[in-house]
Amino acid sequence: MAFQIVINLIIAFLWMFLSESYSAPSFIAGYLLGLLLLFVLRRFVPDTFYLKRFLKIGALVLLFIKELLSSNWEIVKLVYKRKQDFEPGIFALPIDVKSNWEITLLANLISLTPGTLSVAISHDNTKIYIHAMHIQDSEKSISEIKNTFEKAILEVSR
Amino acid sequence: MIETWINIIINILVILSLLAGTFFILSSSIGIVRFPDVYTRLHTATKAATLGVAFILIGAFLFLYAAHSIVSGKLLLAIVFILLTAPVSAHMIGRAAHANGIKPFLKNRGDAYQEAKDEYIKQHPSDTN
Repeated sequence: MAFQIVINLIIAFLWMFLSESYSAPSFIAGYLLGLLLLFVLRRFVPDTFYLKRFLKIGALVLLFIKELLSSNWEIVKLVYKRKQDFEPGIFALPIDVKSNWEITLLANLISLTPGTLSVAISHDNTKIYIHAMHIQDSEKSISEIKNTFEKAILEVSR
Repeated sequence: MIETWINIIINILVILSLLAGTFFILSSSIGIVRFPDVYTRLHTATKAATLGVAFILIGAFLFLYAAHSIVSGKLLLAIVFILLTAPVSAHMIGRAAHANGIKPFLKNRGDAYQEAKDEYIKQHPSDTN
């Protein structure tokens, strides 16, 4: 991925010098041209096309914003409810992500999504302990987290 | 003519985002008063307050852009840093509370983390962590 970005920057600078206009617009034009070249020649460059990964990161950010808004709606509803009938508790979520930054990202995303808050990570990094507002549907939130966030993170990192 | 309309629309957007921000912060403080224990309070203190501050910063960004035509990158960066740091601090407060033995408010379900900790201490009696 870093290799492709370097190639892309080199193409952009080449374009700037070839067209002899040293300004931001010509740099951007060169960069876009480099993207096009990399896309056309993607079979001969190592690794997958790097814009794909950027699109996945963008999808992760959009997912995060959506979940943040819905979690706030949930928590505001709970705050103004007359009868506080939630049932808090702590459950364990088995995780598949391995590296440190993936676990950190996953824990942060969990903390800002509806009804869940990461409290601790187990000693062998295989479980995240999550405090939930509604422990009775912990099964549902486990499958939800595994199917949305963990999948999105794995798509970015693999 | 069109410019005044754009100004009016941007002003309405600024007002709406400031109102939303203050509403979320107010809800979060009411939640801190009403909820029963540390962990449930952390829920409102992180989520609602984060979004509230983010909305207020977005409102300030729009206002600066409309009134003084300043594109303030600092405000956008502040949103990013709040989104990065709020869950981390919530995690640390929750973990510290649990490590200090503060029992979560439970109705009839168990505390999986406490069980795992007890199990761990049973297996590693010398480790006090």
